Amino acid sequence: MSSFPSYYTISHKISFVLLKLFAFLVLFFLMLPLLIVIPLSFNIEPYFSFTQGMLKLDPNAYSLKWYHAFFSTPIWLTAIKNSLFIATASALLATTLGTLAALGLSANTMPFKRFIMAIFLSPMIVPLIITAAGMFFFYAKFNLVGTYLGLILAHTSLGIPFVIITVCASLKSFDQNLYNAARLCGASPIRAFFNITFPLIKPGILSGALFAFVTSLDEIVLVLFLAGPEQRTIPRQMFSGLREQINPTILAVSTLLTLMTILLLISLSLLRRNEKAP
Amino acid sequence: MKRSTLSSDEKAAARAELRHHQWLAFSLVLPLLCFLLFSFIAPISTLLLRSVYHPNVQQLIPHTIALLNEWDGHDLPNNNLMIQMAIELKKLAKQREAGELAQEINRNLAGSASQIKITARQLRQIDDAILMHKGQTYLQDAHPAWRDKAIWFAIKKAGQVFTDQYYLTALDLEKNAQGKIQSRQDINLYIALFLKTLKMAFIVTGLTLILGYPLAYYLASAPARTANVLFIFVLLPFWTSILVRTTAWIALLQTNGVINASLLWLDIIKQPLPLLYNQFSTIIVMTHILLPLMILPLYAVMKSIDPCYVRAAGSLGAKPVRIFLTVYFPMTLSGLSAGILLVFILFIGYFITPALVGGTDGQLISNIIAFHMQKSNNWALASALGALLLLFIIVLYWLFDRLTDPNKLKLV
Repeated sequence: MSSFPSYYTISHKISFVLLKLFAFLVLFFLMLPLLIVIPLSFNIEPYFSFTQGMLKLDPNAYSLKWYHAFFSTPIWLTAIKNSLFIATASALLATTLGTLAALGLSANTMPFKRFIMAIFLSPMIVPLIITAAGMFFFYAKFNLVGTYLGLILAHTSLGIPFVIITVCASLKSFDQNLYNAARLCGASPIRAFFNITFPLIKPGILSGALFAFVTSLDEIVLVLFLAGPEQRTIPRQMFSGLREQINPTILAVSTLLTLMTILLLISLSLLRRNEKAP
Repeated sequence: MKRSTLSSDEKAAARAELRHHQWLAFSLVLPLLCFLLFSFIAPISTLLLRSVYHPNVQQLIPHTIALLNEWDGHDLPNNNLMIQMAIELKKLAKQREAGELAQEINRNLAGSASQIKITARQLRQIDDAILMHKGQTYLQDAHPAWRDKAIWFAIKKAGQVFTDQYYLTALDLEKNAQGKIQSRQDINLYIALFLKTLKMAFIVTGLTLILGYPLAYYLASAPARTANVLFIFVLLPFWTSILVRTTAWIALLQTNGVINASLLWLDIIKQPLPLLYNQFSTIIVMTHILLPLMILPLYAVMKSIDPCYVRAAGSLGAKPVRIFLTVYFPMTLSGLSAGILLVFILFIGYFITPALVGGTDGQLISNIIAFHMQKSNNWALASALGALLLLFIIVLYWLFDRLTDPNKLKLV
């Protein structure tokens, strides 16, 4: 931004430079934790701070031992397996139920639309601690506390609002006449849906599924209340790591999770581009 | 005379067709509705019920409670009632459930837990037939406090199946002997915690506003290419796991963490500063976590403001400060209110970060709910506190709904 319009006064320019400076400081504040975690995860010492050797860029001060520890500790491996299993199952369930419901909600004839929408979005609004306490009471009656099924039900509930929002948004831009035309040409409702509607709203469904997947993968409060020792997930393992013995393995896990976030952001923005393109 | 264009048969057919379509749409929604009813709505309802329905004590000593409900409270309970208490307490001692009763009664009368446990231990060995006869003597010999009316009031109160006492406790209130509601003299715990949560919510909302508004303005006014690149630095932390971000801040703020080490190295401080496990760390980390949620709605609104307005005001002679206050700022109000409410709502219900970095000083209302769920096992009180929090959040959310358009947010 070197070229200011000619009618700008000196004070204009100074204030804009100050604004830019402030904006970059805030961006630095936002990125600082991630910038710190990544190099520290390669620290050879079991500390959370930079050693002299690291500052001098001595290769001997860096190591992959915390990554090695992560991938060779059975408890972490079980945690990865649990996290992926629960997240996949709840994302699939949330996407299936949520897409069906979004199709119903987008129909003009749908009765009580606002009320039903409020119910579907409520898991996003209620604080997690309240949801967790309520689920703990209610799921205990059905022996669902400490089971995979209980956690999947819980995480599916949290993922549903995201699926509803994204699928409803892509149905808004979907031309209902295309579906009607397919029906008039003799396609059954199911065939018309899978051949016409589904391909067009697929980006919305996929990003809803991704949102639901990530929500489950990152969720810790419900896990704290509903999971037994067998259902320890990655966040649960990180939580007890942070509370009990602080160990740089957590920093290695954090770096890997951050990498996953970057991949996720890229795939979400690709999905968005696909949706806009046609 | 004007003739209707549809015959009555046609009207009926159209109505039937509409009803058919309504059913079709509804049947698509139905599976999810049933699912959420079981997995989410019923649990929340259970929590609300639990805050007023507390049958534990009534189930432990049903006969004693039945007799106590008829007791007028003027004199000590009669022998019949004391015998019943002795018998039921002995039964609990045999089943190893006396501790549970002691815990429940102790909430109404501090110190009564040991009285109940000691008595239960002594009654265990005694035959039922003897207790039938002179249970009252054994009761009073085991512990003199059974001759005091206070314990009987406490048991009677704990035995009520439907009760408002947990809401009163959650608001630091209690009922006196005449049944009038008054504030508790001894402690001012939960109101203070609610107020502390609100105070910190205001601070964090203020900080995100001060940091977020200029940044959003800069991003909205920068050229599209620059803005898109810089926006990644807002979205990346936003999408990063909460636990990763909290871990990173622990690494930064620890006594021997990055910030303290740098300050020591620069000779700015001589001793490491206590940056972690207090209110300060809760505020900093929560500001970091919630800041993107302030920036996103502000950016969305600022992006949609036509720069012509600002230029027009300038060419009409307004000074920059006046342009900002009278032209630009009012147009950002909808994004501003959305951001403020979003940050505020999320903060007051937040649990995980204060639990990890807050120490004892930085705990919020949701942490005390977790404490009563997991440590003190006072589930009814946890439910009452949760219900109050939920009510507050629903009111705020209703405001949020009136003030904002959720479709405008750029999340990716």
